[in-house]
Amino acid sequence: MDNALGEPQTILLLGGNSDIGLAIVRELLSPNARTVVLACRDTGKGEQAAAGLRHDRLAVHVVQFDGAASNTHEALVRSIGEQYGDIDLAIIAFALLGDGEATSKDVAAATEVAAVNFTGVMSATIAVANRMRVQGHGAIVMLSSVAGERVRAANAVYGATKAGIDGFAQGLGDELAGEGVHMLVVRPGFVHSAMTAGLKAAPFATTPEAVAAATAKGLRSKRRTVWAPGILRVVFMTLRHVPGPIWRRLPLG
Amino acid sequence: MAVLVPSARRLLTGWGRTNATVAEVLELPNHEVPAALKEAGDRGALVRGLGRSYGDAAQNAGGLVMRLLGSAHQSVVDSAAATVTVPAGVSIDDLLRVIVPRGFFVPVTPGTRFVTIGGAIASDIHGKNHHVEGSFGNHVAALTLLLADGTQVVVGPHLQPELFWATVGGMGLTGVILDATVRLLPIETSRMSVDTQRVPDLDSLFTAMAEHDDDYRYSVAWIDPQAKGRSLGRSVLSRGDHARLDQLGPREAIDPLAYGAKQLVSMPPLIPPMGVINHATVAAFNEMWYRKAPRHREGELQTIAGYFHPLDMVGKWNRIYGSKGMLQYQFVVPFGEEETMRTVIERLSASGTASFLAVLKRFGPGSQAPLSFPAPGWTLALDVPAGSSGLGGMLHSLDRLVLDAGGRHYFAKDSVTTPDAIRRGYPRLAEWKAVRDGVDPTGVWQSDLSRRLGLTD
Repeated sequence: MDNALGEPQTILLLGGNSDIGLAIVRELLSPNARTVVLACRDTGKGEQAAAGLRHDRLAVHVVQFDGAASNTHEALVRSIGEQYGDIDLAIIAFALLGDGEATSKDVAAATEVAAVNFTGVMSATIAVANRMRVQGHGAIVMLSSVAGERVRAANAVYGATKAGIDGFAQGLGDELAGEGVHMLVVRPGFVHSAMTAGLKAAPFATTPEAVAAATAKGLRSKRRTVWAPGILRVVFMTLRHVPGPIWRRLPLG
Repeated sequence: MAVLVPSARRLLTGWGRTNATVAEVLELPNHEVPAALKEAGDRGALVRGLGRSYGDAAQNAGGLVMRLLGSAHQSVVDSAAATVTVPAGVSIDDLLRVIVPRGFFVPVTPGTRFVTIGGAIASDIHGKNHHVEGSFGNHVAALTLLLADGTQVVVGPHLQPELFWATVGGMGLTGVILDATVRLLPIETSRMSVDTQRVPDLDSLFTAMAEHDDDYRYSVAWIDPQAKGRSLGRSVLSRGDHARLDQLGPREAIDPLAYGAKQLVSMPPLIPPMGVINHATVAAFNEMWYRKAPRHREGELQTIAGYFHPLDMVGKWNRIYGSKGMLQYQFVVPFGEEETMRTVIERLSASGTASFLAVLKRFGPGSQAPLSFPAPGWTLALDVPAGSSGLGGMLHSLDRLVLDAGGRHYFAKDSVTTPDAIRRGYPRLAEWKAVRDGVDPTGVWQSDLSRRLGLTD
């Protein structure tokens, strides 16, 4: 159970090696925290992350998780709930970035990104939400992206999956509001992390820690969406309405 | 076969309005509880009184929450024995309207009369008379308990005492208290005779309370939590007793046992989300409260409601804290740990946390109940807006100070402490748990509090 300060006891990170996901976990650890479950594809790497978090009063478990294997998600979440108790907070942080415009020309690559980022995220989120409905409480952090706010040619597939899942999370969040379950959609801009290593940073680039701090604040104040950094809310309010011919030519990284 | 009132999934919070969780909520008379229990699933069942616990004690996320219907008119007063047998769902408010005109008062009342008798026992509540009379459980002669298997037992201090004392202070986790026989205090009048004095600092307060509390049945100090430096701990000490007939004026003596507690106003539902509590409003309030108190006044006549339940005059006053809600931090430290109390008050004062109505009380001997909160020493209770920045770090550090001093926290108020803190503060937890497990081996009785603090793990 969360305490009155919104400090969770049990945190599930789906995408257990995500830099942003792990930064959010670190930000939310408090003396109230008891259990962290890192669900990840690469459990070897997950164990290293777990070793960095674990201490006397905090159990950290690593479980095998394949974001694309949607048919396994419900059983996995159920077994995590049965083994480790109520999930107070689930962070949905797994995604593939793809390879920019090349992915838009490659059916197999595009389908794989969609299977993880859209179908997989949707199935995992539904599994978590169903579990939390039974619990009667919980919070879900959905890592969306500004890339979904207005999809660019440079990452059309990634952006489209984020646009889709962002919309899904908002709709599901409204439905969960009366169930004691809180959905927070987080829209980071360009984040310096393993996912973006080697890429040219976009304007207003930020760090996993800054996204984590904004997320924790959003959870405490029961916000429904958080932009990181906050200025991007205003930037995208404008960018949404830029005429297409200009939008195409904007140097957005 | 009883017909069950249809249940509804509802969001519940405690009085602090934090941590809402959803449960199936069922309002039902005592005799329908066994049938309702059969409907409880894996998430278990719990009884909720009037929801005045500040934290999550009366919530059961995903499970069943029962509210017992009952009327004070079903209660049986035995005037010769000075006892009342009353359904557990009846509030002290309703009970007082029946017993005060007959010349009796409840043995213990908290700062609100909107608590049920079942809740009073389950939280083993205390009041301004703890230094003389102890906590509520000390005045319970017997109670009927519905166990997880559907059987009913009558327990008391001399009848299955282990189960009785596990139920007193047991936060509803041993069974459903259906009714209780409570010893009452005979009173000559419905007025209080109150002595009030301003106390300039914490040392003077400790001294005044240690030296003269025992001359009074009731004693409590309101502390200005904003005062710093030499004024740290400045307070208004208020002590009194039930007025005797010969203390009343001719007008009051016409109807010496008249009782009519009223709610004057209720807070509207539309308070700005940030609330109306901030450092400026609270500092002004505390300054006003201190200044309006007399330097020294003796024998002032007050009503029961005015003396014991001043906040009840404003309905739903918890709304003033806005949508983020509030929490109450209450702990006790043993006598001899006055310096710890000073450090805690210093830190709270220095933090600038906007808090009003900090209350300090000197406890007398504790109860036999393993999970009863009061213990000989000093207790401080104060409200804090839940949204204050840096609050988590500060409260967890205060927890350590309190525990290192041999103190502990109050379940009925708690919403922030940890399972480890409870294990240190309540060394008899395992003993309580053994009794509980004996009567509830499958874990039917559950609450958000028990999950958060691992009380039944």
